[in-house]
Amino acid sequence: MSNPLPADLRYTESHEWVRQNPDGSLTIGISDHAQHALGDLVFVETPEAGRVLAAGEACAVVESVKAASDVYSPLAGTVLEANAALAEAPEKINADPYGDGWLWRLKPASPAAFAALLDATGYQRLLAAAE
Amino acid sequence: MTQQTPLHARHVELGARLVDFGGWDMPLHYGSQLEEHHAVRRDAGMFDVSHMRAVDVEGPGATSFLRQLLANDVARLATPGQALYSCMLNEHGGVIDDLIVYGRAPGRYRLVVNAGTAAGDLRWIVAQAGAFAVTVAERGDLAMIAVQGPNARERAAGLLPPADRALALALANFHATSLALLDGSVFVGRTGYTGEDGFEIMLPAEHAVELWNRLAGAGVRPCGLGARDTLRLEAGMNLYGNDMDEATSPLEAGLGWTVSFGPGRDFVGRAALERARAAGVARRQVGLLLEDKGILRAHQTVHAGDAGDGETTSGSYSPTLERSIALARVPAATGTMVEVDIRGKRLRARVVKPPFVRHGRARIQL
Repeated sequence: MSNPLPADLRYTESHEWVRQNPDGSLTIGISDHAQHALGDLVFVETPEAGRVLAAGEACAVVESVKAASDVYSPLAGTVLEANAALAEAPEKINADPYGDGWLWRLKPASPAAFAALLDATGYQRLLAAAE
Repeated sequence: MTQQTPLHARHVELGARLVDFGGWDMPLHYGSQLEEHHAVRRDAGMFDVSHMRAVDVEGPGATSFLRQLLANDVARLATPGQALYSCMLNEHGGVIDDLIVYGRAPGRYRLVVNAGTAAGDLRWIVAQAGAFAVTVAERGDLAMIAVQGPNARERAAGLLPPADRALALALANFHATSLALLDGSVFVGRTGYTGEDGFEIMLPAEHAVELWNRLAGAGVRPCGLGARDTLRLEAGMNLYGNDMDEATSPLEAGLGWTVSFGPGRDFVGRAALERARAAGVARRQVGLLLEDKGILRAHQTVHAGDAGDGETTSGSYSPTLERSIALARVPAATGTMVEVDIRGKRLRARVVKPPFVRHGRARIQL
């Protein structure tokens, strides 16, 4: 895929992305590569507000017509809110993975953890190596 | 080594996502499985099913042989070209494969079997043929394209010369014929695996790409195995290896209607099925419609209260119903509501009688 990766985001090896918001909270979703690999999404289960997540914890499920896939929390923290619009319109993830298709917002346990994630260059390298 | 159909290069050109299916490198979808599904329900779609295997069984002993080999009775084939769906059973009454048998002429039959089971099927058929005066010929030289949907027959027949066109359009449901085209080597059946009207077309492999391209030019949309799976599930059709296998009796797989227990015929597996019937069949296949939010998948536990537990054998999102549906094997005494364990949560599902969808319309109450 040739779509350039948003440079302001951080990424994980399990294909989540993380955006740092001005208030210090983090928004999390799945990458364009991930949504493309999964195909048409038809059901999404997101974590409840207030849930405390460990880094790497499976906390959301995205289901395509074909299969269910876990989504892992890229960092430790507390869930602030989930994207309620996805319950009725999971296809938003396919249409706009880095925008309307966001999954949940997190208050990170450690403010420094964000910078330790893969940057766009690192994630791009990972995708290239997997091809 | 994965095998490739004669259309493989075409799928790659079309940008298909390819997956291994029964040892074959096959298209899962060409971009959107949902759009392909809807194309078949609403218009016309085509599937490369060349991984499936045609097997010709011919000779003076062919009818007697198939009456012994198959659980359904080829003597039911009353008119030339008529087709029959049947299970092929082992001595324990387990399903070796499910197949379509076309009666082409007296003593001439064509079986179409599943890709993943084809090699084992062939060995079994040849071994069973023993003393019968038949020849068994695997037709690896044929490609197969299924053209399905409310407009499928019209689009496909429109490509044919007038006489062949008339022949194809005159086919009754579940009947087949050879066309005059290509010296009689094109075989067209009004059969399918989607719950829609359409044709399954077998032809010499070297002509497959030309047919595919001409169908595409006539507005028939290429569809992958993903859509094929959701279409067949909505149609309440079993998938071999998911919904039944060698350890499953057809009586527990919703296929009792395909077993012909008429007198005077000792088909393989009959004695075992009769013992099972006399003892009482403990499990049955049902359809499930999920009432709560979520997606049913294969191998989820079904809780049927005091009746006991069962298991889903196929499950998916239904693009036509916009709900989740499944086939499940459950205790015979299962009532009208069950609970399905999805990731540790018990969600409510209603027991329904498949098909879920036929000819573009819901056949169950939502």
